[in-house]
Amino acid sequence: MVNPNAGWKEIPWGGKIVEAGNAREYETGSWRAQQPVVDQETCINCLECWVFCPDVSIDVKDGEMVGFHLRFCKGCGICASICPVEAITMVAEAEAEGS
Amino acid sequence: MSRFEAMDGNAATAEAMRQINPDVVPAYPITPQTSTVQTFSQFVADGEVDTEFIRVESEHSAMAACIGASAAGGRVMTATSANGLALMWEMVYIAASNRTPIVMTVVNRALSGPINIHCDHSDSMGARDAGWIQLFGENPQEGYDNCIQAVRIAEHEDVLLPVMSMYDGFITSHGLERVQIEDDGAIKDFVGPFTAHEALLDVDHPVTYGPLDFYDFYMEHKRQQVEGMKHARRVILEVAADFEKRFGRHYGFFDGYRLDDAELALVVLSSTAGTARSVVDDLRSQGLKVGLLKPRVFRPFPAEELADALRDKAVVGVMDRSDSFGALGGPLFMELSAAFKIHDVPAKTVDYVFGLGGRDTTPDQIESVFRDLAGIAETGKIQQPVTYLGVRE
Amino acid sequence: MATALKLKELYKKEDRLTPGHRLCAGCAAPIIVRQILTAIDEPVVLANATGCLEVSTTIYPYTAWDVPWIHTAFETAASTISGVETMYRSLVKQGKIEDRGIKFVAFGGDGGTYDIGIQALSGMMERGHKALYVCYNNEAYMNTGIQRSGATPLGAWTTTSPVGRVIPGKPRPRKDLTAIAAAHDIPYAAQAAPHKWRDLMKKVRKAVAANGASFMNVLSSCNRGWRHETDQTIEVTRLAVETCYWPLYEVEDGEWKLTYRPKEKLPIEEFLKPQGRFRHLFSEENKHIIGQLQTGVDRKWRKLLERCGEEE
Repeated sequence: MVNPNAGWKEIPWGGKIVEAGNAREYETGSWRAQQPVVDQETCINCLECWVFCPDVSIDVKDGEMVGFHLRFCKGCGICASICPVEAITMVAEAEAEGS
Repeated sequence: MSRFEAMDGNAATAEAMRQINPDVVPAYPITPQTSTVQTFSQFVADGEVDTEFIRVESEHSAMAACIGASAAGGRVMTATSANGLALMWEMVYIAASNRTPIVMTVVNRALSGPINIHCDHSDSMGARDAGWIQLFGENPQEGYDNCIQAVRIAEHEDVLLPVMSMYDGFITSHGLERVQIEDDGAIKDFVGPFTAHEALLDVDHPVTYGPLDFYDFYMEHKRQQVEGMKHARRVILEVAADFEKRFGRHYGFFDGYRLDDAELALVVLSSTAGTARSVVDDLRSQGLKVGLLKPRVFRPFPAEELADALRDKAVVGVMDRSDSFGALGGPLFMELSAAFKIHDVPAKTVDYVFGLGGRDTTPDQIESVFRDLAGIAETGKIQQPVTYLGVRE
Repeated sequence: MATALKLKELYKKEDRLTPGHRLCAGCAAPIIVRQILTAIDEPVVLANATGCLEVSTTIYPYTAWDVPWIHTAFETAASTISGVETMYRSLVKQGKIEDRGIKFVAFGGDGGTYDIGIQALSGMMERGHKALYVCYNNEAYMNTGIQRSGATPLGAWTTTSPVGRVIPGKPRPRKDLTAIAAAHDIPYAAQAAPHKWRDLMKKVRKAVAANGASFMNVLSSCNRGWRHETDQTIEVTRLAVETCYWPLYEVEDGEWKLTYRPKEKLPIEEFLKPQGRFRHLFSEENKHIIGQLQTGVDRKWRKLLERCGEEE
């Protein structure tokens, strides 16, 4: 990653970014006002939330939805609104942090 | 073996492009560049080049496609004139900023309006701050030679900047002259293979080109472009030296004619230098110590070298084939005046704007300029810093 | 074997658009881009017009693209990808690089596609570059703060078609860019929406397999400009399709085909109601505009059914 104080001699020419996908190092989770919470009992692992998440923030392991990447989740609530079995609910960020 | 042929500037440029054999040429026809594109189209149609030719729907798309193709990882060339260059303006800057080493022939033509298809330098002079290296050629031979050298200059790893190679519309583009065409193999050897830097097509090493660059890094990237231009000064001369070694024709930042002992010097670009040379000879035969300097490289501007070459002159007259409305004079005059100031050249300077929209410039007019310079040398007074040559009152 | 269009398979693929991009919460653009790039199994090289997607994914020195990507200007996604694709063909033909079956995709918003970039797009389609151009269409210039474009529908509020005392929103209907693209006789053109992800992905696969230029117009809700809750992004595109405001169809080698037909065509109000940009249309003096919108939708829908050989 280019150092924020890097001089012109130290950075690639022409504004090129050569570390593909380094936005993974930029956290957008702090934007969130509310946070998704999944009820694993209800979840049917259809993965619709995965395909509709704008922020690549649904954590899927071995075909099962296991939670959220809260480093990136912006709390839009799309996953909760499209979940066919209403397994996801949005809770206020302060409340979620408290629990 | 090289051969001599009667060719106009556009045919010579198309021939250079054939020999360079670029990977992609996106181009759009415009007078007076058109015959370059036509001739090159025929080379493509006949399979004489490996080039993929994109017949774009505008010059804006031509330059955008040039940038995409160059960033993809290959050699790219194009050609345009006047309004075509103006239409691609936005992309001309982006080509330089992305450090894509595109070579573009610009057949100089007056910018509209009113619309005019004949020569002046308003098109390429308007692009002088875009970050491109700019070479001006006097005749078809120089158009051919500059086009070939431009590839090496642009692609040099210390430079990586696009190059514009200019010559005068119609006068040079359509004027038949004897041109020495080098052997295909010798040109191939001279330009060498293209070396890609962070090619888009290298899918195993993905690169992001053209990101959003705010105040925290934009200035660093601009500073890098300055550095590329600094290196270009060295590289232009290195490439010229190698060119001379192989092909025998000498090139530098500029070309002097009977300049060393001259007291009065005229500075003029491109084809008009040919006319000026004969005027210099005439006046020399009358005992006037006059000389000529024809710049070849306008960007990077060889300020120090020009200052040194003109340091001991009494008066330097600049002939500008374009104007900068509301400024102190034409662009060549302003740059040279600044160079004189910075490098402590005492010579008096005066500007003559001429030949706009293809207006004929006669030997008599050039002689009148020298007579003017002689008057200034005698009286020490400049009556008029900028004169419009040959314009009716 | 292509990856099956099943979520249980697709989730295993690498993310070509990474998290950490800075598009607004609930933006449809990254959903669409992810669906498109997930549908393509081959290597890709992308071009992007200036716009929300471009600025929010590549704020230097960060990039959310894990694949080769280039942005040059607003109106140049099509011309830039033309250059990239042509260089690929040239280098492969000359044996200078290996043929990796790379797919070329350009993304542009509706401003960069319907308006300022339409000439470059038309040129790319006419020349037949083997590239897919995707318009993620949020029906206004959202990146600069919600100004009307040629894709903005009749009556919609934007900051340059404001609701005033005399003029109630945009006075003219949107243009039909998908039909304009299809009129270029390209091998593949389609309309899609992200809530029908499988339909969208199938179209992407056909588009990138086409022997020539292809075009997809994908409805992309912008909750800031459309004025709805951030979680309604997918629902609102569903309503656009169910009201036949945004029919899902494809034009393959000149053959028009509906890819989805609503069981019951909902009235246009269902699409308008959740969006603040249409709120003023529900007042007494503007209700006739809803009528005009409905008439327009009905007329286009009938025409589309006819083109697709479907019964009314």
